[in-house]
Amino acid sequence: MDNLLLSIVTFAPALAAVILLIFARGEDEAAALVAKRFALFATGATFLISLLILAQFNPADPGFQMVEEAEWLLGLQYKMGVDGISILFVMLTTFMMPLVIAASWGVKTRVKEYMIAFLLLETLMLGVFMALDLVLFYLFFEAGLIPMFLIIGIWGGSDRVYASFKFFLYTFLGSVLMLIAMIAMFAQAGTTDIPTLMIHQFDFADMNVLGIQIVGGMQTLLFLAFFASFAVKMPMWPVHTWLPDAHVQAPTAGSVVLAAILLKMGGYGFLRFSLPMFPVGSEVMTNFVFVLSAIAIVYTSLVALVQEDMKKLIAYSSVAHMGYVTMGIFAANQQGIDGAIFQMLSHGFISGALFLCVGVIYDRMHTREIDAYGGLVNRMPAYALIFMLFTMANVGLPGTSGFVGEFLTLVGIFKVNTWVALFATSGVILSAAYALWLYRRVVMGDLIKESLRSITDMSFRERVVFAPLVVMTILLGVYPALVLDLIGPSVEALVSNYQTALLDAGRGTQIAASH
Amino acid sequence: MIQADLNIILPEVILSLYAMLALVGAVYSGKDKLAPLLVWLTAGLFALLAFWIAGSTGPSQTAFGGMFVDDGFARFSKITILISAAVVLVMSQEYMQRRNLLRFEYPLLIALAVVGMMMMVSASDLMALYMGLELQSLSLYVIASLRRDSVKSTEAGLKYFVLGALSSGLLLYGASLCYGYSGTTLFSGIIAAAGDHHAPLGLLLGLVMISAGLAFKVSAVPFHMWTPDVYEGAPTPITAFFATAPKVAAVGLFARVMHDAFGGITADWQQIIALLSLLSMFLGSIAAIGQTNIKRLMAYSSIAHMGYALMGLAAGTAFGIQALLIYMAIYVTMSVGTFAFILLMEKDGRPVTDISALHMLSRAHPGRAIAMLVLLFSLAGVPPMVGFFGKLYVLRAAYDAGLAWLALAGVIASVIGAFYYLRIVFYMYFGDDQDDNLDRTTAPVLQTVLFVSALIMVVGIANLFGIEGAAEAAAATLVR
Repeated sequence: MDNLLLSIVTFAPALAAVILLIFARGEDEAAALVAKRFALFATGATFLISLLILAQFNPADPGFQMVEEAEWLLGLQYKMGVDGISILFVMLTTFMMPLVIAASWGVKTRVKEYMIAFLLLETLMLGVFMALDLVLFYLFFEAGLIPMFLIIGIWGGSDRVYASFKFFLYTFLGSVLMLIAMIAMFAQAGTTDIPTLMIHQFDFADMNVLGIQIVGGMQTLLFLAFFASFAVKMPMWPVHTWLPDAHVQAPTAGSVVLAAILLKMGGYGFLRFSLPMFPVGSEVMTNFVFVLSAIAIVYTSLVALVQEDMKKLIAYSSVAHMGYVTMGIFAANQQGIDGAIFQMLSHGFISGALFLCVGVIYDRMHTREIDAYGGLVNRMPAYALIFMLFTMANVGLPGTSGFVGEFLTLVGIFKVNTWVALFATSGVILSAAYALWLYRRVVMGDLIKESLRSITDMSFRERVVFAPLVVMTILLGVYPALVLDLIGPSVEALVSNYQTALLDAGRGTQIAASH
Repeated sequence: MIQADLNIILPEVILSLYAMLALVGAVYSGKDKLAPLLVWLTAGLFALLAFWIAGSTGPSQTAFGGMFVDDGFARFSKITILISAAVVLVMSQEYMQRRNLLRFEYPLLIALAVVGMMMMVSASDLMALYMGLELQSLSLYVIASLRRDSVKSTEAGLKYFVLGALSSGLLLYGASLCYGYSGTTLFSGIIAAAGDHHAPLGLLLGLVMISAGLAFKVSAVPFHMWTPDVYEGAPTPITAFFATAPKVAAVGLFARVMHDAFGGITADWQQIIALLSLLSMFLGSIAAIGQTNIKRLMAYSSIAHMGYALMGLAAGTAFGIQALLIYMAIYVTMSVGTFAFILLMEKDGRPVTDISALHMLSRAHPGRAIAMLVLLFSLAGVPPMVGFFGKLYVLRAAYDAGLAWLALAGVIASVIGAFYYLRIVFYMYFGDDQDDNLDRTTAPVLQTVLFVSALIMVVGIANLFGIEGAAEAAAATLVR
């Protein structure tokens, strides 16, 4: 293995965390500033190095690139690599982290530990997207819970203990089922190598468990075990209830990471594991997923309408947007999956930015109650402008990246299931309702509240943080080919493998016909 | 002939001779003044023997007409026992001395207990088994009640003794049945009498009785009742000892009996062990939730961990034994570190065991808190800590042996178990500031043990320090 680039990018933040842990001393302002600067430098440097991955990446090749392998325990291996599906998540992570660090400049307590937690989290998130070994993936996937648990629990809001325990136990329960499925796959296929498993055909003969007839047999069971994990992580209705709690209680930077990156692990998991490894299981469960996604889109949008806490509102809107993603993925055609990946990326920028927007006024007023605000445009014109852009992007206005993702997923689903498409489209209207209403209540109108009279507009640092997000949202909105060209070949391979596998299994006829 | 036999048990002979000579020597000279020296001497001897056994790589040997066996499995277990006993001894010295508990008998009783444990994992005969077991148990009964003026400590010793005697009775009854139905006490004879997949009913009854007796020693549910009380009542360094070396020995003996004596009728005992494992995992995880005393909490945690270790045994395969050995080695390392942390918990010079005393420890002692954090996540089996790999091995072994339901139950129990480990993290990290912190005790040995074991939990994921191959070779000598 001559190209260590992926490992370097993955472990650079962890190395920085270790340096901070060992060498940084003291609790005073100066020490805190050093920790902040060092963390910013480390994440910035990681982003710059990760640009090299993008530069070396060959978009025409649908396979894994820059692969590194080494022997490990128990017949497992340390194997890293990127393909068209994962590379953009890697870039999203390295891109967001410096912004997240810069956005946490106002943290006062235990700054050193805070930065260490975020740096470790970055390593673990990058590992998830690059791992090409089942257990290695699981290792990174699960380990990410630890820093996030601490971030919510230590630096969170007033009800942080409940939220952090709920976050940890909910996601832990989901993923241990996945662990059992991984052990089963290991036993059946004899390897944990992801590229090999993607072409391995697991048993799909119907079987009987405790008197229940299981269509699709082993594949369906494995699918369900993975589904338990990814659906919680995603999160899909009805297992989304940890998300509003976690978002509300987490510090701003924690919410940004959660919304922008951690939620994407679920979608990434579906694309990396569920579809390619258990095509029959996926096909059996497709309608189930569609129904859940449609409910998520409509129901959580309605719930978002009545929220009084800004973060909760955005959290519910995240669940709704993730509904488009699951729907697009399981439409299992080029448009659907392209759209799902695009939607995940764009949601990463937009929801991250929205949480930052909430953070800006929270830092000033220390409340997230929508009723506590109103007429901010009078005192904060720059803020009003930026908030409007991201509100529109969240609604899916053409010209912003939000539109492309929603449109593609809707096209994808329309080809497969018109009814689901109908319900999902109503979500577009609902999202306009809650987002615009939020914007009107917070920003528009006269400045009546006494407490808001002295509020100041965004500082230079805050503007700098938002600038890259604004650029990306508009750039991807007007020139989506930037992303689609990168992911195209890999998605094409994924879709055609999926269809062939279904045809081989004698189940693909109806889908092939509608294609 | 006797010469060859003695050569094989030379480590045990040396250790027994040392214990007896030191006992006599100390009685006639400085008595308790010699105790610190004896602690270090005993620990040094343990370490030396461990290296010696690690260096001997010969084939499996038997001594005394097949009553004693020296194979890879025994060696692996002995090394784990010796090293953990040495570390616990060294850890306890300062604590015992300051509380006037450090008598010269203490290290020597531990040495004798260790001889018993080494006998246990090498036993290849029901008599040898019982001798080893009783030598170990009698020493432990005395050690548990070492603090004579404390009601709790005395109670712990008495409880341990009465219940231990009961379990020894069960075991002996089982042994007599086995003897009656096979005509021999040698494991090699029993396995021949038990035959392949079919054993006389009396022999099965004997198997059940022996299993019950051994389950008591590993504190598997439903034979666990003594554990929380003994853990709580005994002085903390002794609790640390109970949680480590004797557990390895008991689990090793369990595996030895099941495979060497009843290896032909795996299907008959598999269900017993699987049930023990299931109950232990769940009871250990659920009962620990309500505990406020960290020693009781660790008792339930150790019950749950024994459940996972037994999962490896329940698999009934060589891989299962490999998983079991790896699990025990990891468990012992974590336990030693955790108890080093508990020994460091002092307020105004007095030991505290209430977990609420850990409130905001991360502020007062950030280094200690982070080391404990690592150990707790490792105990909970959360990756990337080494504890996760222990779980991965046993789960894999159970799944491969067709016990998917047990593996599934195991992971669900681990989620329940995660809660109470997280609760300690909650006390250490998620709070507001407070003034009455734990003492800034300077105990270099304890700090070192704590940090080293925490470091092992993180660094070990690279290759588990090579114990995978050693455990595989050891397992191959037991399951043929």
